[in-house]
Amino acid sequence: MLDISELQDNDKKVAGIYCLFAPVEIVRAAGAIPVSLCGKREQPIADAERTLPPNLCPLIKSSYGYAVTDSCPFFSASDFLIGETTCDGKKKMYEFLGRIKPLHLMHLPYSASEPHALKFWHEEILRLGGFVEESTGLEINRDHLGFQIRIHNKIRKLIRKISRFQAAEKPPISGLDMMSVMETKSFFVNPEEYISLLLEFIAEMEPIAASGFSPFQQDAPRVLLTGCPVAKGCEKTLRMIEECGGAVVCMENCTGVKGLDLLVDENEEDPFLALARRYLQIPCSCITPNDGRLALLDQLIDEYRIDAVVDHTWQCCHTYNIESRIVGDFVEKIHGLPFIHVETDYSNSDVEQLRTRIEAFLEMARWNSSACAQMRKPYTQA
Amino acid sequence: MQSQPEDETVAGIDIGSRSIELVVLNPDGLLRSAKAPTTFDPLGQCQRLMEGIDGSRIIATGYGRKLFAESFRQVNVSTITEIQAYSLGARFLYPEAKMVLDIGGQDTKVISLSETGKVLKFEMNDRCAAGTGKFLEFMATALQIPLESFGEFALRSDRRIQISSMCTVFAESEATSLMARGERPENIAMGLHLAIVQRTFAMLRRVGLATPLVFAGGVAQNPCVIKLLEEQLGQPLKVPENPDMVGALGAALYGENYRTVDV
Repeated sequence: MLDISELQDNDKKVAGIYCLFAPVEIVRAAGAIPVSLCGKREQPIADAERTLPPNLCPLIKSSYGYAVTDSCPFFSASDFLIGETTCDGKKKMYEFLGRIKPLHLMHLPYSASEPHALKFWHEEILRLGGFVEESTGLEINRDHLGFQIRIHNKIRKLIRKISRFQAAEKPPISGLDMMSVMETKSFFVNPEEYISLLLEFIAEMEPIAASGFSPFQQDAPRVLLTGCPVAKGCEKTLRMIEECGGAVVCMENCTGVKGLDLLVDENEEDPFLALARRYLQIPCSCITPNDGRLALLDQLIDEYRIDAVVDHTWQCCHTYNIESRIVGDFVEKIHGLPFIHVETDYSNSDVEQLRTRIEAFLEMARWNSSACAQMRKPYTQA
Repeated sequence: MQSQPEDETVAGIDIGSRSIELVVLNPDGLLRSAKAPTTFDPLGQCQRLMEGIDGSRIIATGYGRKLFAESFRQVNVSTITEIQAYSLGARFLYPEAKMVLDIGGQDTKVISLSETGKVLKFEMNDRCAAGTGKFLEFMATALQIPLESFGEFALRSDRRIQISSMCTVFAESEATSLMARGERPENIAMGLHLAIVQRTFAMLRRVGLATPLVFAGGVAQNPCVIKLLEEQLGQPLKVPENPDMVGALGAALYGENYRTVDV
């Protein structure tokens, strides 16, 4: 994990970002370091509720709580903030956040498929470029932007490669450990150094994977976790699935593999347009219709040989909560896999109910997977 | 009682939020069943219930299952979820059952079963106890009616009023304002029962309504809930004689099956 001193002992500006939709290439090209400020812990929520309504998603409240109490070192280190109108809650929360630090709000279209949506988002990317240039005092050079595009594509490919270790019959690390690895993608100062760290990690993982070591029982149901973001501090559902004997081999959410297969076109003449195209394809529930998520799930269910799907959403996250039924129908009817929707928050008040539901779900998944065992294709060596 | 060899008995214990049930089986059938309130000393209550069954295999279910398994390490304990326990218990009592509804002290579970009795799909209310036994208990207290006769009391209503709040706290203020308007307490009680049944019925439909439907758990002792559910369903429910014992029975049956598989 990034050490806060690395940010402070640096003459570079720090950009606080909140979402996968923030075009980090632009931030880097203007000489700033993007860090994720998305709140994942319960602790600052009470302070946020002095301003925000309690029945709001915990991610928004936690993010705002950290800011208003100035209790997150990464927030303190940030010179400016970048937000997107991904949902009503965040959009209105940013109005308060903008009172604390300079905040640039990117307006995200609701649709990704309409031609004018791309035109609009392209404008927004250019507008962000202007804001970042002004904040850092450095102009974005097209060649350097091209370089950043290539380097971030490379990072995406490497992280995706790491995630693929879990597709093996014997996943070499736990879902919880993979979550920690995934988390690093939002916290690095120097992209080139980060790439060498990722390469080192891959080199370390290869022999472990080849040895057939796995922290899971042989019969552990292979679980795909989809839905809202999950990271250290709010990983209770992921932890519970693995405690109850499941193997979370893939996280589809934005703290997992979502967006990793979407690369920016390195050959497009206008790098801003190339960025606009790529970022608009992120299959988030805030986009309607969000067919990209089903396509991604379809691919991941086969790739990771999934036995069961857990859709994990935060309370009051309307878009993910509503979309859950669409995902459930897809998983149950198209793939014939057991599906459960777990709606929860950052507190621990429901862990025992959660345990009962997840244990029973995995009992079901075990039965289902043994019943389907004959229909499966044999594993092929990666 | 102790004439059977100890190793042939299997005990199922269901440690719920409000009560603990115990069922002891041996190859000839039911050996013993008992029940105690959970209180704030669930382990002490379990200890008292289990006197004299030290030698048997024990299957624990309910919220306390993990605590129980960790605390009674000296005996042969394994655990299953209430979902599985209720499915096994209901299916044993009614082999034709397609669906199980269990309304307990703090949660409601709806389970749909396959032809062979496997769990196909289930739903459980998540963190909030709205629409469960706790809700009825709280409301009975607010109306100063003993919980055991709350259902009978509601059945004496002469008109059906709509209570829209499902949150226990809000429903109480709604009941209070109805009382202030001079509404008969029986009608308020009926309104509260209707609210629970509507919520439960929506859950049944989400999982995919199928009959025969077995209604188990403590709330299945409430005649008003049974009547209203049967009205909605358009056909009679299967309600076991001791609906709160179904989980413990299912747990004990799991132990039996398991042993047969082992041998």
